[in-house]
Amino acid sequence: MNFGFTQEQELLRVQVRRFLDDNCTLAEVRRIMETSQGYDQVQWRRMADLGWLGLIIDTEFDGVGLNWVDLVVILEEMGRSLYPAPYLSTMLFCSALNDVADGPTKKAILPGIARGEIKGSLALFDQPGDPHIDNISLEADDTSDGLFLQGSKPFVHDCGSVNYYLVAYRQAGSLYLVLLDADDEGLKQSHSPTMDLTKRTGSLSLDNIEISNAARFAVDEKQLQRLFDVGAVGIAAEMIGAAESVLAMTTKYAQDRTQFGHAIGKYQGVKHRLAEMYVDIESFKSLVYYAAWTITESQEELARSASLAKAYASDAFATIGIDGVQLHGAIGFTQEYDIQLFLKRSKWSRANYGNADFHYEKIIKQRLSQ
Amino acid sequence: MDFEYTPSEENFRQEVRQFLDENLPAAGNRSADFMDTWLNKVRDKRWVGFSWPTSVGGGGGSIMEQVILKEEMSARKAPPLGTCMMGLAWVGPGIIQYGTEQQKQRFIPDILDSKYHWCTGYSEPNVGSDLAALQCKASRDGDDYVINGTKIWTSLAPFASWIFMLVRTENFGKTENKHDGITALLVDLSTQGIEIKPIENMAGQKVFAQIFFDNVRVPMENRLGDEGNGWAVTISSLANERSSIGEVTGLYTKLEKLTDLLSNSRWNGQAAIDSKKNRRTLARFEAKIEAMRLNGLRYLTQQIKGEPLSSETSVNKLHRAELEVEMGDFAVETLGQAGLQLRGQEAVVGTGYWAADSLNWPTVVIGGGTPNIQKNIIAERILNLPKD
Repeated sequence: MNFGFTQEQELLRVQVRRFLDDNCTLAEVRRIMETSQGYDQVQWRRMADLGWLGLIIDTEFDGVGLNWVDLVVILEEMGRSLYPAPYLSTMLFCSALNDVADGPTKKAILPGIARGEIKGSLALFDQPGDPHIDNISLEADDTSDGLFLQGSKPFVHDCGSVNYYLVAYRQAGSLYLVLLDADDEGLKQSHSPTMDLTKRTGSLSLDNIEISNAARFAVDEKQLQRLFDVGAVGIAAEMIGAAESVLAMTTKYAQDRTQFGHAIGKYQGVKHRLAEMYVDIESFKSLVYYAAWTITESQEELARSASLAKAYASDAFATIGIDGVQLHGAIGFTQEYDIQLFLKRSKWSRANYGNADFHYEKIIKQRLSQ
Repeated sequence: MDFEYTPSEENFRQEVRQFLDENLPAAGNRSADFMDTWLNKVRDKRWVGFSWPTSVGGGGGSIMEQVILKEEMSARKAPPLGTCMMGLAWVGPGIIQYGTEQQKQRFIPDILDSKYHWCTGYSEPNVGSDLAALQCKASRDGDDYVINGTKIWTSLAPFASWIFMLVRTENFGKTENKHDGITALLVDLSTQGIEIKPIENMAGQKVFAQIFFDNVRVPMENRLGDEGNGWAVTISSLANERSSIGEVTGLYTKLEKLTDLLSNSRWNGQAAIDSKKNRRTLARFEAKIEAMRLNGLRYLTQQIKGEPLSSETSVNKLHRAELEVEMGDFAVETLGQAGLQLRGQEAVVGTGYWAADSLNWPTVVIGGGTPNIQKNIIAERILNLPKD
């Protein structure tokens, strides 16, 4: 029994931390998030050289061959820095491709991801809201000339910043994922800014795109559910780091800021709230680590453990984001001050791959069906 | 990260399971005769004081074996391993660490054999969370200490034969250096001059008491550790407090009961389990309990690796406090008027289980440090915020 990270994983954390400290201060985050691409191509290349892009890709496809527990280390640190890049999207894309695609497709795409040439994202849902299969409504048109897609996917992460998409659709009662190239004719990517500029979202519009047989993969509900669960774990991993940043910044502020003759961190109204943040972060951290472990090591437990992690993290980080700003007083509310960036991230994180309501309902359904 | 056990750990688990198959009747016989036999048998297995060194009669179990033993015992809702609760939890470990050879020989076997109860004399009428301000006085007179003062909220005092208590031998009435001058004594409660007045709690039980000491003579040989060093003795004894494994299993059992209760009750004109609010509340409890389980495993891994724990255990104490209060209260609220009844239908009111549960939480929530104190501990020791 060992519920901790290995020495290699700890070294990876040190490496990621150093990279982000050197390259991505919050001033740099603000610069990158305003660029048209929303990420830094030079840094992306360096991440490829460091092996982070091929981290969960099998060695057979030129990857490093590690798994989600290792990836959590990177995601946690990226969350801590609010690092803006299509990294999580590409990892989820990678993970999905690995689950559903055939050999030739993996061979064509995965090595390119590891080298930093290919970035990808999942375009699953047609409606905002829960990561539920009912929110996939796009139907393929079955014509005598072949299968075509006409419609849009309005909430695609890093839309316009990546060059491949896995798009979910239905046909004759079955569900599929089709791999589309951003350069395909008929495919339009548009960027629609959200309150969290470090997390891009956009709309993918599909104008009569022909589906090639070689690029489409039938998926069952179980496989899709797994994609949703892995997505929830990925976001929750970033939430750990981001929430810890709020705690660190607010604790520092409470140590430095003096009112009524004392550092405000001396007052229980302030210090107890910070202690509660610590308790919640420690707790959803444990839930996320375990859920990440189940992704490869105990797949039948993934649905429950992912929901426990994302539910707890969503509620906790939402409150932490708000209280982080509130405990800073008026300065926390300014555009200039960084704490507000984390509040925005907490709202983004809660809404994606299911909020607490959604996941708690999933947990109770499982409990009652036992 | 892995959640596998070594072959020898698996063997040990099998040994425990086999023992339980052979010695624990499924149908909950907990008669006095059964308990006597049970205590003898687990004593023979050296599972009482399992973490203690074999040199004092303990089991010398490894950390993982202790975990496995607790997991299996609580999974089968086995009776406790020994009934001398406080003796096993911290008085024994305190004596093993600080006691003289003579004290070890005198007290440890009795604790292991569940001979009598110990209680713990910390709080005083004016001394609660600020424990180090205690004023119960002991002065030297020849080869004895003479105690004068009082202890209150002393759990198990009405049933205990001995008390592990803190007294002040120096620095009376001072606020600075209050941690100095505290001394730990082991006192026979039948000594002349001791009066125990049980206090009834709001659930109608008399499990704690106020104890009055009037010129009570305690031989010097009953001092634990050096004179004036009682604070250190207490802190390191409390560090031996059990991990949260047994608690988590208990909370999961309570969650099952709560799920059954909601499935069998009606609320606002519908099945209680169909209410969105109730479903969310129940699932939120589950997330907290699972977080406690996993926090415990994470901290355990740190201990096995030899990394010192700071005050991380306060995290699970806070969760437990919240769950103990909220689960009982939620049940009683859901049941409406029926929830208030102390007796009644098993399926609906659990024959008063929830009514009692919703009144009994202070034992867990206040005993051993209130939530406010746990938050101070986290804020000051982990986050380095200024002291109050």
